[in-house]
Amino acid sequence: MADILLDLAIIAGKSLLLMVSLLVFIAYILYADRKVWAAVQLRRGPNVVGPWGLLQSFADLLKFVLKEPVVPAGANKGLFLLAPFVLVVLALTTWAVIPVAEGWAIADINVGILFVFAVSSLQVYGVIVGGWASNSKYAFLGALRSAAQMVSYEVSIGFVIITVLLCAGSLNLTQIVLAQDNGWGILGWYWLPLFPMFVIFLISALAETNRPPFDLPEAESELVAGFMVEYSSTPYLLFMLGEYVAIMTMCALMTILFLGGWLSPIPFAPFTWVPGAVWFVLKMCLCFFFFAMAKAFVPRYRYDQLMRLGWKVFLPISLAAVAVVAFVLQITGWAPGAA
Amino acid sequence: MSVTAAFFYLFAGITVASAFLVISARSPVHSVLFLILAFVNAAALFILLGAEFLAMILIVVYVGAVAVLFLFVIMLLDIDFAQLRQGSLQYLPIGMVVGAIFLVELILVVTTYVVDPALLNLPQASQAVEGVTNTAQLGAVLYTKYVYFFQLSGLILLVAMIGAIVLTLRERPGVKRQDPARQSARTSETSIEIRKVNSREGV
Repeated sequence: MADILLDLAIIAGKSLLLMVSLLVFIAYILYADRKVWAAVQLRRGPNVVGPWGLLQSFADLLKFVLKEPVVPAGANKGLFLLAPFVLVVLALTTWAVIPVAEGWAIADINVGILFVFAVSSLQVYGVIVGGWASNSKYAFLGALRSAAQMVSYEVSIGFVIITVLLCAGSLNLTQIVLAQDNGWGILGWYWLPLFPMFVIFLISALAETNRPPFDLPEAESELVAGFMVEYSSTPYLLFMLGEYVAIMTMCALMTILFLGGWLSPIPFAPFTWVPGAVWFVLKMCLCFFFFAMAKAFVPRYRYDQLMRLGWKVFLPISLAAVAVVAFVLQITGWAPGAA
Repeated sequence: MSVTAAFFYLFAGITVASAFLVISARSPVHSVLFLILAFVNAAALFILLGAEFLAMILIVVYVGAVAVLFLFVIMLLDIDFAQLRQGSLQYLPIGMVVGAIFLVELILVVTTYVVDPALLNLPQASQAVEGVTNTAQLGAVLYTKYVYFFQLSGLILLVAMIGAIVLTLRERPGVKRQDPARQSARTSETSIEIRKVNSREGV
């Protein structure tokens, strides 16, 4: 019994450490998002709170927490308040299996990638339930859009993940990273041989996390703010936090599946001394920079264009890629574990 | 009581309780949400058995896709519950007959069910082969021994999908459709005509 309690305490400690570092990281990712956006539009961005505006996110946090949460009169109160919690808890749960460096995962489970996929597919409930419980037309339309969009793009993300799994021969996230460690450094990672899949994953990740140019669920010019229109103060903060944690999860997934996780891009001495977690965070920042630039550059899609892209372009390409990758691995004998 | 047993009773209890709430909840949306809770707890039971792949697939397929569509449809339907309940009493006898048949069958199965003693001595499925993951074992069995059944079930699903599409496909005349290839192939030469218009005369 004492062993179990000790294990529990260790897991709780690790989780707390990961969660706190993730949340602080997200505070600066939010700041970076606004700064990049500002730089593209030749503005200064947040620059008042703290030196160079570095404390802006913390000031925002304080503002959200201190404001009054308003529950609309016709809303289903329990579900209305439950939805943002569901979103945040699920978003943070995915981080339990993500290896930030070798052996630095809280739970190094066999079906790691499936776990991430399963839990992130549940996040759509936070959005749908929030939109429905608000008892408002705009919120409901936003929730429906979001549900259709997330379910559509999950399909192509699933196929892209399958191509990586075929190459790596494992569903364990640590094993997927180690399979990319073949002495070639940056040229040995899966982004190069699976380049079309990498591009599809990048774009689908934007759609899956409701980021611009696919932010139709909260398109402010037509739906005010989509499913979050009735939310204020802390519940709104939770929605936004859940969204950014989901974005970080997508960045981490891209890093693990295509960019070699914690591996050093240049596979010899001075670079391999850098701790793996540093490379991991740098690669995640690179992925996020793409997210931020896409938000600043690309105009918003129309909803039918979004659906066409998902079902008529990405789905056939990624389905064909699964067959092609499996075929190539089979006839060349490169398939891992082929006996 | 071991920790596994404690977790089993926790998850099994929540599964049964939420399954009961699915049929007793007043609002259909609440029913679907309890159904989702039941699915998730069933997945947790799979994990306790060591079938992690099945657990994750259960969540991805049933909770992540099927239940989302359920919720989608139920939220879109404008169901008037008072009206729905008015006629429910006349279906009560049929419902009770079906329920009674199920109950009798369940009792027959449970009372006559015997576990083959040879099976009890077999190692658990998850530990059948050392060092091979559950997913790899499942894949090996599915794609070698049962490959024809697997393909057959795929075909059945394909036929069902085509059937659903055929049933809902309607050719509506006079609908404006967009052809993205034609839209992006347009140039200023093909879409703009420059004319000299004299003043006080039309085009």
